[in-house]
This record gives sequence, C-alpha cells and structure tokens, in this order.
Amino acid sequence: MSRPVSVPRLIGLFAVLAGVTTFAAAFSNAPAYRQIPAATGVIKFSFSHSADRGRECRRRTPEELAKLPPNMRRPFDCPRSRRGIFAELAIDNVVVFSKELPPSGFAKDGPSQIYRRFTVAAGSHTIAARLRDTPRASGFDHERIEAVSVSPGQSLALDFRPEHGGFIWR
Amino acid sequence: MIALVRRSIARGFDAAERGLNRLAGPALNPLAQLGALGFFLFWIVAVSGIYLFMLFDTGVENAHASVEWYSTRHAWHAGVMRSFHRYASDLMVVVMALHLVREFARDRYRGGRWFSWVTGVPVIWFLYMSGITGYWLVWDQLAQYIATTSTELLDWLPIFGEPIARNFLAPSSLSNRFFTLLVFLHIAVPLVLLFMLWIHIQRITRPKVNPPRMLAALTMLALLAVSIVKPALSQGAADLAKVPSPVGLDWFYLPLYPLADASPGALWGLLAAATVMLALMPWLPPLRRMKPATVDLDHCNGCGRCVEDCPYDALQLVPRSDKLPYVVEVAVDADKCVSCGICTGSCPSSTPFRSVGPLDTGIDLPDVTFASMRERLHELAARDAPSPRLLVIGCWHGAAGGRGEEILSLPCVAAAPPSLIDYALSRGLVDGVVIAGCSESACYNRLGVEWMQQRIAGERDPYLRARVPRERILSVWASPTEGARLDREIDAFKARLATLAQEPPQRQAVDMPASVKEAAS
Repeated sequence: MSRPVSVPRLIGLFAVLAGVTTFAAAFSNAPAYRQIPAATGVIKFSFSHSADRGRECRRRTPEELAKLPPNMRRPFDCPRSRRGIFAELAIDNVVVFSKELPPSGFAKDGPSQIYRRFTVAAGSHTIAARLRDTPRASGFDHERIEAVSVSPGQSLALDFRPEHGGFIWR
Repeated sequence: MIALVRRSIARGFDAAERGLNRLAGPALNPLAQLGALGFFLFWIVAVSGIYLFMLFDTGVENAHASVEWYSTRHAWHAGVMRSFHRYASDLMVVVMALHLVREFARDRYRGGRWFSWVTGVPVIWFLYMSGITGYWLVWDQLAQYIATTSTELLDWLPIFGEPIARNFLAPSSLSNRFFTLLVFLHIAVPLVLLFMLWIHIQRITRPKVNPPRMLAALTMLALLAVSIVKPALSQGAADLAKVPSPVGLDWFYLPLYPLADASPGALWGLLAAATVMLALMPWLPPLRRMKPATVDLDHCNGCGRCVEDCPYDALQLVPRSDKLPYVVEVAVDADKCVSCGICTGSCPSSTPFRSVGPLDTGIDLPDVTFASMRERLHELAARDAPSPRLLVIGCWHGAAGGRGEEILSLPCVAAAPPSLIDYALSRGLVDGVVIAGCSESACYNRLGVEWMQQRIAGERDPYLRARVPRERILSVWASPTEGARLDREIDAFKARLATLAQEPPQRQAVDMPASVKEAAS
C-alpha cells in the first residue's frame, strides 16, 4: 500500500533518477573508440563479378531444336553455372589476399563476391590487384598496379567493373 | 555455484532496494518498478520518435542536415525530443539489464516462470536491433561506423547474395532507396519489440506496465533536465571516403562492436552462446517444483477469489463438472502454477474454525496443505514458550526463510488465510501474530505482500475480521538479508504485547486434530 512521500524525499528520488539518466547520457557517446590506429587509412577490396560460364556454350543440332517447344528453341545450350574467380591483392609487393572465389547461389550461377578491409599506414603504397575469370590455368585476365597515397583516416575502395575497363578506385 | 552467484547479487539488490525504500517507499522504488519503467520508457521513445520522424528527411543527402536542424535551430522542442529519444532508449537498456539480473538473483526465472524468462530473450535482441537501426538514420560519423561494422558483421553470415557492406563502399554507393529501407526497419523492429513485450507478460496477471504516476513524472523530469544540460548531438556528417575514427560510441547499444571489428565470427559465437545459455537458464538446473494447487470441488463454489488473486494466471473459472448447484468451478493450469499457495489464502473455505471432519478447503497445495497449517499452529502453541507467545507466519523467501523450526513457514505469507490469524488469537493459542513476508519491493510471488496487506487492512476479500485486535499483529516485510531487523522488530513487538492492558481471550478448549494431540502427547 502506498504511503504519501514527503517533498524532500521526492527531491531525493528525482536526484537518483537524474543521476541514472546522467550516467546513461554520459556513456551514450563516450568514451571514444578508435577503429583504426592514428596515422593509418583503409583500403577496401571489394567486387561482385560473374566469371565465364562453367563450360562453353554448345550449338544445338536441328534435331534437338525440333524436340523443344517452339518458345524454347534457343540455338545454344549454355550451362547455368559459372566458374570461380581467382583474385589477388598485393600491397607494396606483399600479397595480402589471394583466393579462389566461388560463384554464389545454390546453382552456382551468381557472381563471385569479395569484401575485405585492409588497414595501411598513411603514405604512399603500391597496390596491385589481379583477377582471373576465364578458363586459363595461370596468369590473370585483369590487373591494375598503381601507386596510391593514403592520408590518415582515408578510406579507398578498389572495385572491379568490367564495363569501366576493370579495376577502378571509388 | 549458480545459487551462490544468485545470493551474492541478491544481497546487492537488497542493499540498494532498502536504501530506495527508505528514501521513497516501496511503491516509488524504481528497482521494484523495472518492468513498468521499461514499458514507460518504450512509450517515451515511441512518442518522441514519431515527433522526430515528422520532421525527418529520409533522403541520404539530407538526413544528417535534418537531424542537425533539430539540435541547432529547433533545440527547444525537436532537440529536446531527440535527447528524450536517445536517453530513454539508453535507459531502456539499463532498465532491461537490471530487470534481467534482478529476476535471476531473486530466482524468479525457473519453474512456472520459465515462459516470462524465455520470451524475454528475444526482447533483448529486438531492443538492440531497434536502437542500432535508429543510429543509422542520423547518418553522422557514428552512423557510418555502425552501418559499415553492422553490414560487415552480417556479411560474415552466409545468407546474403551480395555483401551488403558494399552499400557503404564509397560515397557514390549509397542510395536513397537503401536509406528508406533503414527507416522502415527502424519502425518495424520496434513494433515487433512491442509485440514481444506483450507476449513477455502473458503468463502473469496484473502485469505492471505503468509505473506510479509520481515515478513516471520524476523520470520525465530527470530526462528533461539531462536533455537540457547535455543534449544529444551528432558527430559530424558521414563521409564514406573517410574512416570515422575515433568515434564516440553508445556503450549501452554498441559495447560489442569493437569485437566485431576484430573478429565477426567470435562475436557471432559469443552472441549465439549467450542467447542459448540465457534461453536454457530456467533448466540449468531446473527448479524442484512442488505439486501444483489442487481443487476440491466439494468445497469450491466457484466464487473466483482465488482466480482474482493468482499472480501467475494459473487459475480459470470453467463450467461446473459435478452435480453441485454452482455455475462454475476453478481449474488449475499445472504448468503455470508456481505453488505459492496464495489461492489457499484467498479461499473462503480455508477456515480453521471448522472442527468436524478433515480440514479440507476449496483449493490447496498438496505439499503445504491448509490442514497442515492449522496442525503446525497447534504444535507451536503447545510448546512451552515464554510469554508473550507468538505465531510467526514466515515466507520462505523473506527474512524468516531459514527459521522453519520456530515458525509457520509457508511459500508465501498470503497462503495463510486471515481466518488463521483470527483463530490463533481468538482461541488464545498465542498472544500475538507476526507476519514475516518478503521485502515490499521484492515479493517473490509478485502480489503476496500486497494481498496480505490489503486483507489485514480490510480492503481485500477475504478480510481479517474487525474483531481481531490489530495491535497484536505485526507485519515485517524484510528480505533474507534483514534477519537482524526482523529480530529487532519481534523483540519490540513482544515488549509492546507485554504492556497491553487487555489480555487476549483466555485459552479455550480447542478441538485439536487427532494428529496434533498425538504429537503433543
């Protein structure tokens, strides 16, 4: 059962509640957190790109086409699945990423994807990005080697856009 | 080991609650209103959020500017509302954490209470999701940090076709459409949270979803004061060409984000393990449950008092299943019943004055029957105790918890019907009755203290009859750590009883049950 509470006690309760709220306010944006050390920047290596098909398309024979319903008579039989992509990133001649990236999706028909973040010291760096998306066993189909200057706290993104000629800085 | 941890934490809560009880009384004690405060803060966040949304520009280009507009040009209303929104959200985390730890410390999460505990686990997730999606919308440096880290964390799970972190790759990546999706999420997730909160309280009756008005007003005043003195501000516009570092984190919502930077897999493992462990806690180990209450239809007329008093929604009135001329009878949901015995205390059939036949009542606990209460009373009265003789009705979970030898020990003091007190005094079995229940701010069975207080005050059926001399009744609401206070109050009560001019009715010949007679002989 509630009993009447005197004004001084209510003021005391207010002080308690204000104290808790101040505690909440104080830790709602402090202390600060440093995601990367001072005098460093970030290079993001990320792309979403489909490699060649798993095998070459095959021209259907006239007999095969005749057996298909009229609306499905496409001259080429192309496999749905895609090849994996081999990608590599080197910073100052040190390979920091080198991996075969499988196609996405249950049917392996989606693009290969990568998103990686690398923290580098501020200053000039030689970045080499390479990619293989064809059936060739060695070597690369796309490459970009470039000296970039990274300022403290800068975020550079290296993407791959075939329509723009390959690797691009964003 | 777990019991030891529980007791240690409970001692801390006892100390804090005692202090707040002394300051403002149990009704306004914020620690006794954590659930209600949680709901109240939710509504503050909801109302302030709607207000802010009306003035918010959801486009990614203008989101930050519109939030800045709150805090600079319209600080007196929109800025204050923004601070309310932020700080009330943070307080929700504080209140939720305290509520969770307190229920754990008080051992109110096992047995029939498992449902409230388990449904509280998704509440934690949805509260965090609500807060985190809200931070994105400000689109300042903190929002940028949260957006990139959250999406990198989500991308660790093999569920998204394309890495969603690519949406934050460079300034040109982010689209208004994606930002609109975030706005939708920040509205939808809190609605799910509210739904989960509703489920969370389904297995308790009379859930406290509104704090006392004075406590609510003081909470609002505290929020207003802090909002004026330290308004919530942004941390500079987001710029995806830069890394937001250092960034001021909200440590209530984002304490684990630094771990996400270091190892998303480890963070997911930690979250999964913590979630599973929390969800399984009611069975680690399971509570040794007493048998649930049973109904004796021969003594139940379906009056519904027990249904009204049950704190756990374990009783229902259902159509009569026997031939007695009543419309309804009581049915017990054994899964919900925590065997507190409050139903026995509320049953009009629980009268110890009956001398013919076995002392059955309408609803009873098989392990602590009403008949055994009367037997115990006679047993204690038959002891050669110095005057004044006392009957101490003690709750297992209060200060009298470990005193089973000297007292009438019950799972809840409200399991004793008021007529038992009348019987003890009017028959001259004792000179005074002490009701030693849980602390007023921490009743183990939620409503036991309140119901007992109201029954004695004649405000709740079954009432303690007016003829019972109130000066011979002492109520002590004390936690297990307040044994010394209980002793002090009992000693003072004994001294008062000794000075009472009018003696209680002389001992009368009492029809003792046969078992008691045997025990006495």
